[in-house]
Amino acid sequence: MPVTFLIPSYLGSLAGNCTTLFLDSSPKNVHDALAALWHLHPPLRDRIVDEQGAVRQHINVFVGDECIRFTGGLDTPVPENVEISIVPAVSGGIYSLE
Amino acid sequence: MPSIRHISAKHGDVLLMIGTLKGLFVLRSNAARKKWEVGGPYSYGSPVYAAAFDQRNGRHRLWWGQQSFRWGTILRSSDNFGKTSTEPETYSIKFPTETGLTLKNIWQLRLGRADEPDTLYCGVEPSSLFVSHDNGKSWSLNMGLHNHPHRLKWTPGGGGQCLHTIQLDAKDNKRMFIAMSTGGVYRTDDGGASWNARNKGVRADFLPEKLPEFGQCVHKVVSHPSQPDRLYLQNHWGLYRSDDGGDWWHDIANGVPSDFGFCMAIHPHDPDTVYIVPIESDEYRCTPEGKLRVYRTRNAGRSWEPLSRGLPQKDALEVVLRDGLATDTCGKAGVYFGTRSGKVYGSNDEGRSWQLILGGLPSVVCVKAAVLNGSASHSGKGKGTTSNSHKPRKEKTSKSRKHSARK
Repeated sequence: MPVTFLIPSYLGSLAGNCTTLFLDSSPKNVHDALAALWHLHPPLRDRIVDEQGAVRQHINVFVGDECIRFTGGLDTPVPENVEISIVPAVSGGIYSLE
Repeated sequence: MPSIRHISAKHGDVLLMIGTLKGLFVLRSNAARKKWEVGGPYSYGSPVYAAAFDQRNGRHRLWWGQQSFRWGTILRSSDNFGKTSTEPETYSIKFPTETGLTLKNIWQLRLGRADEPDTLYCGVEPSSLFVSHDNGKSWSLNMGLHNHPHRLKWTPGGGGQCLHTIQLDAKDNKRMFIAMSTGGVYRTDDGGASWNARNKGVRADFLPEKLPEFGQCVHKVVSHPSQPDRLYLQNHWGLYRSDDGGDWWHDIANGVPSDFGFCMAIHPHDPDTVYIVPIESDEYRCTPEGKLRVYRTRNAGRSWEPLSRGLPQKDALEVVLRDGLATDTCGKAGVYFGTRSGKVYGSNDEGRSWQLILGGLPSVVCVKAAVLNGSASHSGKGKGTTSNSHKPRKEKTSKSRKHSARK
């Protein structure tokens, strides 16, 4: 399998109750990999990226062990047989109120 | 995971929807409003800043906004008081890509008028108005407001750049009001095609020009359906009334310990009666003198009286946020508010006396009340609404029996 996605259980509940998802295609970069993921599982899109297509602030995407925030964002290359992990960040949880 | 409880309700029951920073609670009582059952939390763990209960066309549909700092903000609905609710596959409220904006939060849900039973309005952050004419299936951004030349000069208040108030003129379907922090009040007279600032007389102490055309930090505006040209406004410093649809605002801070505050609610049957909870100042955002007091005017703001029977009058350092105060529509109106410290108080006698309904909640940011009408009583055993894009999901529960409100 060229690419494997590892997703958290909440997202898995929207993807046939699977937290490991496989892509048969060979995407060039993370943008293409995510587009293929949306095609297979449309509910995942709005939860992972916002209206502008940016990965939500408190979600991290790792290609292998590297967070794409430091490797080119959605343009980060995707090697063959790599695992892409979508992980809730430890940030967040502070809200404005008034 | 918390224990999720569910309520059932029947004709004549009173519902309270309590939005907190960690989920939505739904409370039920009979017309006496002395004992309350507690349902929820729904959307547990997520802030719920907006809720509404739609009884038009025989529905009994609960709507609420669910904000998740991880997964974004969605609108949910339930036809059985929260037991099952919609989980949209794709988010229905989204900014068009060309705007460059992203939805931060849903601050206000407003049902359309009785003669537009499939219309819903939604105020969001960043300050924008969305409208649905198919009962929430699809939403569109109001471009009249979005294209307003003032928009780029609106700046966020302490809660973000939020459109938190939507008031519909009950006699003129083309007229409505919105309010935001900051920005102020805007009115449309052509069904939302165009909007004009309506802030004359409202102070903006935090700006060099104290009475600007726009830019005020308005916290809440209320009006009564029988007198749509009369509006009341709780400002970031300032209490006001307008008798001409917002063309001019008059200072009505007569006899209140502070004219700073967030929340405001109008009596359901008397357009001269309004409730507020004053806050000491914007520097010290707690109830003055450590006394938790609701203030009421029964003469359209010519005077205000404190309502404190049953409320703590010592060391009560509380704050009630902008959507944290509500009235029901019972003959003898109920008044309810929730505090940032997680307490919900209620009065079943128009504010004369109060009781603690529920404590120990997360911070309360939204209180809405409804009296259940119609014959379609619900046992809480049904399913949520379904459509191609909405699938009902049952909140996981470890207990299904009813629980009484804890104090």
